[in-house]
Order: sequence, then C-alpha cells, then structure tokens
Amino acid sequence: MFSMPSQTGPCKVLEFDKNKCVGCNSCVNVCPCDVMIPNPERGGEPIVVYAEECWFCGGCVEECPHDALTLVPPAKQRLSTVWVRKDTGEEYRMGMKNPLPRNTRPPSGRT
Amino acid sequence: MNWHEYVNKTGKVPEWPYPVSYGKENVVEADVLIVGGGVAGCRAAIAARQKGASVVVADRGFSKRSGSGGAGVDHWHGAVTNPCSKVTPKMYSEAAMETTDGYTNGLARYIIGKEGWDTLLEVEEMGVQIRDLDDEYEGSIFRDDETKLMFAYDLENKHCLRIYGYNIKPVVDKTMRELGCEVYDRVCITSLLTEGGKPGARVIGATGVNDRTGEFFIFKAKAVIVSTGHTNRLYNFAPEMTESQTMTNLNQTSMGHIIGWRAGAELIMMEQSGQSLLSGLGYAPYSTGNNNNTYQGSRVIDKDGKEVHYADAEGNLIYDEEGIFKSSEEGSFIIGHGIALDHGQMPKYKITTTDPHLWDKVQSGEYQMPFYTDFPGMSEKSRDIIFQLMLAHEGKCRVPIYKNLTDWGFDPAKDMLQYPISDYSKFPLDTSWCGGDQTPSSWRGGEGGFLTDWRLQTTLPGLFAAGCGPLPSQGCHGESHTAGRYTGRQAAVFAKQNGAVEPDREQIEREKARCYAPVSSEGGDIGWKELNYAVARLMQDYCGDYKTEHTLEIGLRRMKDLLETEGQRMYASNPHELVRAIESLSLCELGIAHLEASKSRQASCKVLGFVRNDFPEDTEDWHCWVSISQDEQGVKSRKIPVDYYLKGEYSGDLEENYQKYAELEG
Repeated sequence: MFSMPSQTGPCKVLEFDKNKCVGCNSCVNVCPCDVMIPNPERGGEPIVVYAEECWFCGGCVEECPHDALTLVPPAKQRLSTVWVRKDTGEEYRMGMKNPLPRNTRPPSGRT
Repeated sequence: MNWHEYVNKTGKVPEWPYPVSYGKENVVEADVLIVGGGVAGCRAAIAARQKGASVVVADRGFSKRSGSGGAGVDHWHGAVTNPCSKVTPKMYSEAAMETTDGYTNGLARYIIGKEGWDTLLEVEEMGVQIRDLDDEYEGSIFRDDETKLMFAYDLENKHCLRIYGYNIKPVVDKTMRELGCEVYDRVCITSLLTEGGKPGARVIGATGVNDRTGEFFIFKAKAVIVSTGHTNRLYNFAPEMTESQTMTNLNQTSMGHIIGWRAGAELIMMEQSGQSLLSGLGYAPYSTGNNNNTYQGSRVIDKDGKEVHYADAEGNLIYDEEGIFKSSEEGSFIIGHGIALDHGQMPKYKITTTDPHLWDKVQSGEYQMPFYTDFPGMSEKSRDIIFQLMLAHEGKCRVPIYKNLTDWGFDPAKDMLQYPISDYSKFPLDTSWCGGDQTPSSWRGGEGGFLTDWRLQTTLPGLFAAGCGPLPSQGCHGESHTAGRYTGRQAAVFAKQNGAVEPDREQIEREKARCYAPVSSEGGDIGWKELNYAVARLMQDYCGDYKTEHTLEIGLRRMKDLLETEGQRMYASNPHELVRAIESLSLCELGIAHLEASKSRQASCKVLGFVRNDFPEDTEDWHCWVSISQDEQGVKSRKIPVDYYLKGEYSGDLEENYQKYAELEG
C-alpha cells in the first residue's frame, strides 16, 4: 500500500479495452492537452497522468486505430445526462446500472 | 489506466518518458510564423503558403485536434454570399454594428461577410461535407433542394448554414501539412521578439518552450500572425470540475493577447465583461435538455407533457415550427446565436427564445420542472437534423455527447432529454447547460483583443491578428477560418516587402531567464495551479462587480506583488508543468491588462457589461473604444471611435476599403 495524493477530479477519463489496445500511443500523440504518457512497458496501455486537464474533446477516441478507447465523463455529468422514454415513462442515465442496448444508427453525413 | 492505477499495480512512479533539455536552443526561420494552430492558424498557414511564403506554425497542443474548433462544428455563420442568401456583406456588418451600438468589430464582420462563403467552399474542396448530398433531408424546411445546402436560425434569409464539420480540424490540418507548412507541435509561444528588443517596434519572431522536452525555440520571421484562443483561466480556474463542461481548454490562456501586450501592441475592449456562458461551471455543452444553438427549434415540454412555446423578440408566442426560424420584423434578419452579438440584441435581429414569462409561470405552478427536449414529439426530419446532424458534428459533441448518449442506448425517436432543475431566471431555459444557479456573476469573459487596421495588422508592424481570441469580437468558428485565411494573405505580402531582422540577444536572454526560473531556482514551493487560483481570486475580487479607481489600483498592486513574490517561487517537476507554470505567470500579465483597461474607461458601459461604481453613467463622451498599450515609460491609453475603420485615412465606404486593402489579386 502506498501513500497517494487524492484524485483531484475525474479519476478515469478514459477506459482502454485491454483486448484491443496495442499500446501504439496514437491517443497520446493526438491529445491537445498532453494528458497521457506512453506506458514504459512496450505494448502497454498509455497512462493518464493529468486526468484533470482532459477537456473531453474525444480526439483520442476518434484517432484510435483499434477502436479501443471509451471516453468516460465525470460522474456528475453521467448523473445530469438523464432521459425518459416517452411511451413508458422509464428513466435512464449515462452510466446506469442496467444499460440499454446501444443505439447503432449512424450520424448524418458521409464522413 | 490512470496514474494511480499504474502506481498501485507496478509499485513504481512512471518516469518522464521524453528526453529533457531545458533551455537547449532550436532556431527556426521562415517568412511567416503562425502562433496557434487552431482553425484560424491552419487557414492562415494555408493562405500564406499559397501566396508563396515559407510558413512555420507553433502550436501549444497538437494541431490535428487543437483549439476550440478542434472538436468539430455544426454551424457556419456569415455565409452571406452563398447563392440562397438574402443578406449582403454590408447588411451583415451594419447589423452587427447597429445591434451592439457600435461595440463590435464592424471591419472584421465585413471581411467575414465578403469571404465567409468562399472560405467554406475551400473547406468543402478539402473534404468537409457542407451539403445534404444523399438527400436525407429532402423536403425539409431547412433545405434548399437545388444547392442541397441546409440552413439554421433564419430560413427566409438563409445566411447561416448547418454543416457536417466534426472532421473539419483534421482536414484543414492535413491540407496545411501537405502544402509544406512546417508545424511545431507542443510548443508554447512565450513572447514576441521585436526589432531592437524594444516594445512597440516591428515584430520579427517569437520564443517558445516545448512541453515534452523543455527545449527553447527561437522563431525568426518576417511576419507573425497570432491566432491563439480565449481563456477561462483568468477569472475562473477550477479545472478539476470544469474541463468536461467548457469550450475552452486549459491550453488556451489568451497567450496571443499576453505576448502582444508585453510587446507593446494596442489592445481594445479588454474591459468588456459579463457572466460567461462557457465558464465550465454548468453542464457539458449540449449534454442536457436544451433548445438553443445546436438544439434551436427543438420541442420543449414540462413534467406533465405541457408544451413550452417559443416567442419572438416582442414576446409573442409562436405556434408553428417555421415561425421559430423567422425574424419578428418584416425585412430584417436573425443574426444567429454564439457569435458575440447576443448581448442586448435589437429585437429585429434577435433569435427566437422560449416564452420570456416561463420562469414566472414556473413560480405560479403553471409549469412544473423538469422540462424535457421532446425529440419523439417532433417530425422525423426536424428531429434528425438536430440529433443526427448537428449534435453529431458540433464541437465537443461527436464523442462526448452523441457517441456516449447512443452507446448508452439513447434513441431520439423514443427518448426525451431532461433539462437540469435550475433557476431559469439566471440562464434561460434555452441555454440550460450553461448553468443558472451554478454560475456566479463574477465569472467573466470578454471579447477584447488587438486593435487592427483593414489588413488585420495590429499596431505593431509585422504582427497580424486572427481568430476568436486575438481579433476582438469577430464571431466564432467559421469567422476564425475566414479571418485566418485573410491574414495569411496579408502576412505573405508583408513578408515579401520586408526583409528579415536579426533578433536582439538580450531580449532572448531575458525571456529565457523568465521561462526557466521554475526549474532553475532552488526551493520553489508554488505550483502552477496554486498561482493560477490566486490570479483568479484576485480578478474576481478586484475586477468583478465592484470597480473604482481605488480598488482597481489595489488590484494592480496586488497582481504585481503576486508576480514578484509567489510568482518568483514557482516549481515544476517536468516540462509539462513548466509550460503550465509559464502560462500561469503570463496570466498575471493578462490580469494587469484587464485591470488597466478597466481603469482607463472612466464611465460605465452597458453594452460592454462594464460597471465603474465611481462612474456609474454610460456617457456619450465615452462611446468609443478605449485602447491600452505599454512601453518603457509605462501604460498608455487613448480613445478611438468605434467605427475608426471608416474614418481618417480610410474611406467612409466599407467596400472601397475592402477593395483597397484585401490583397485580392494573385
């Protein structure tokens, strides 16, 4: 066990899919705020060192050639992004216990 | 994984992964240097290169995604020369001036009116979709079937477009690099170099520090463009809670303003202030129910399904969708939201909003919270154009909002998005995500920047200004492309006419000593965040809701004291922290500029949201810009007519000036 400073804000920021991430560091290189460093272990997932400096633009998610990244909004944002299914009145939120199936409809546009 | 996980898992603290050489000099030479590789900087680089200049770009982040425009865009304002538009550049510029009582950048607005559409067509050629090519929205009220263009805000006048811009930054970045512009990523520009090392002289380059290696950069250039951003680190610093919710990331420190101020340039509008919509203290942009900007026109209902109506500028309720996108005055047009022309807007140019009496109706129990964006209650095309098009392409929306919502199962055909429970008398329902109760009035933002001529050249020869930050009150995303493209041409011409000048070594040495103090002195005990929190507190206290000559002078004394005391005791553990420390130190100088500007305007000014408690009247003799600048003798200030660009050496006609100065040939 270590003496550790407290996390100062959002703790997670990014979830790396261990089965997909190959440690190519594309995300490290594209991040405008430079919040990550490469893992010292070759092929390991990058380390988010400055989580509180991430501004959640999602550039890293789009850059990842292996679709290995998920942007994890802070808990307070997950709690305030709430929706209600109009015909059932059921309430959902980002980060809910029992997730709905994904809505896979693509965005408008060719790109 | 994050740092804590790594330490717990491996029992080791990760070492800094990049080779560090504090102070090692790199000298780079080019015709044109661009400070800030956001959309304005990339477009400036492309335009200067196309005019034959050699170009280097220094970017604080990584230009493929950096800047406020790095995460996409869904609107293109000021496309007034598109084939469907009924607005002319003159109407556009004059409306901007009229609605702000002259307190906007009429000159930049005209340039944008003239070139905004052409600037967008170039982006289309580079690979950004701007039309409904697959006829997804055929027959919708938002679309022109011939050109397949899609419109926002005003469907009669058709001057603001909806575009598919989520990839706009990677596209312009790629074009810039392919043209041979040399890009220096991760370099924070810290100062401008001037001829003879003197403030107020011609700008001949800049210095910078790399945030991975700590190396020092000396850029020598015949012309320099500042195209940096705004900041929300000056009055409002709380990154632990604001970053997911702001449109201005931590790299944005108004560094362009700061280096210009330090080099002796004249700045205007620096005293403007107001409650910031983008302070980051509310909710993530567009993440909650709302009906403004990207969501304009979406249906709103309350807890019991009762519809909340939109209202025109006169407060008349609107009951049809087309009415939401129409000016309340025949023959006028709606300017649009988010381009720094909202404050106190004249009714005939005003966007439609939710019922202005809604808050009273909530108090009386007529409506019950929460409210919802009722996507399922809208027609399929009107719903899709907001959710599948706008939200999926707007800045900071594709991944953080659109992807996250849909990954968690949100389906706009079935689901209604909840508005926050909030005091909507503070921020109206439309802009719910800005936060009402959560955003105190002392969190301020302004639109101030460089005083420029018709070439967008600042008062320092060889220094040009483009983009939302440096160019005062020019607009938003599209306007940054347009102003960037314009200054690129101008800088290339200047570089052809003016030779290179060797920088003054003493000026470089002074800057090096300032930059590396946090890693060269022993025993520093102030980190970059602690200093930044102190700067923000000072600005809240002394440049907030109460201002007099006396309190502003106290504020100035305190800020200088902070700079000379705690500011001299900073530490940095690695180059990343070093550059953040340089930014925090530089913010002290920005604070001084704001305080000096506030001291110089000896009158209150309603449009600028500026209050002087010792001069409460908004008097006619102060209906002008108040510029500030500094030289070796101290701070100077002068009054300038708000329409200075139509007076003195200039023609009284917008078009004549444009034709004379725009560098259209070749």
